[in-house]
Amino acid sequence: MALIRLMLTIALLALASSVMAAGIEIREFDDPVTEQRYRDLTASMRCPLCENQAIDDSDAPISGDMRERVYQLLQDGQSDIEIVNHMVQRFGEYILYNPRLENRTYLLWGLPIALVLLGVVVVVMMVRARRNASAKALSAEERARLDALINRERSS
Amino acid sequence: MTRRLLLLLLPIGFLGVALFLYQGLGRDPSHRDSALMARQFPAFEATTLRDENRQVDQTLLTGDVTLVNVWGEWCPACKQEMPQLLELADQGIRMVGINYRDTREKGLEFLSEFGDPFDVNVFDPEGSLGFDLGVYGAPETFLVDANGVIRYHHKGYVSPEDVRERILPEVEKWR
Repeated sequence: MALIRLMLTIALLALASSVMAAGIEIREFDDPVTEQRYRDLTASMRCPLCENQAIDDSDAPISGDMRERVYQLLQDGQSDIEIVNHMVQRFGEYILYNPRLENRTYLLWGLPIALVLLGVVVVVMMVRARRNASAKALSAEERARLDALINRERSS
Repeated sequence: MTRRLLLLLLPIGFLGVALFLYQGLGRDPSHRDSALMARQFPAFEATTLRDENRQVDQTLLTGDVTLVNVWGEWCPACKQEMPQLLELADQGIRMVGINYRDTREKGLEFLSEFGDPFDVNVFDPEGSLGFDLGVYGAPETFLVDANGVIRYHHKGYVSPEDVRERILPEVEKWR
């Protein structure tokens, strides 16, 4: 019991410190829709400095600046696309967790689909090959041998 | 026959994917080109570090090939690269500093302690010019050509080798 309580305390402390570590500013939003857009936008951009943390979860100074900019642009009434473009113009495609579909990223987006299609083709070919093999009729000689084998089995 | 061909395709495909992934392993994940490469230096309006009454803007970067160095007193690597920047200035290259997320007092202290290779230092305490340049940590160095177009970007510490092997050739190229 004491052990469980101790573990719970440790877990809670760890949780609390991780929440405190992430940069949280208190922001006022006019409506819940804008607030949700802010959350979605900051969750979809990667911190340029920390390499694999979204800016809503990072306490790097640049992430704070980027959150602030997203907030300001939302207050200015810019659309999500405009805000994303604003950021990409400065920090590059790198910050997008979902890279946009363009010449450079066709392979990235297309490869999984191509591999699934390839898998479908392979499965279809295997099934067909198997069906052909089983459908092949036995020759007269084979049938006679099979009959003989079955008869021997029965008579013994 | 087609079966054989298919069986041969499998190891070839595997090898192809393996090679593709293997060459990615040796890469530096933090290395990437600036999004501003080959684009005009962003417009800005700011005061200089030494004179709060002097206004400067992006025309500061036209007319001559200029190295723009983003630095701050709080940044240890900036101190280490100062000797290299002083040497570049000695070779007659025009240097402009951007004092990034710093205070005037600390910035001036830094210059008197580590030397001042810069023609002018743009004072950017909020990091707004840095933001427009896509700077996410100091030091960063940009090479701007005479038309104010960004031609080269160096992220992080500039070593003596970087000066010899990368920066000087780039300066020559765009002069």
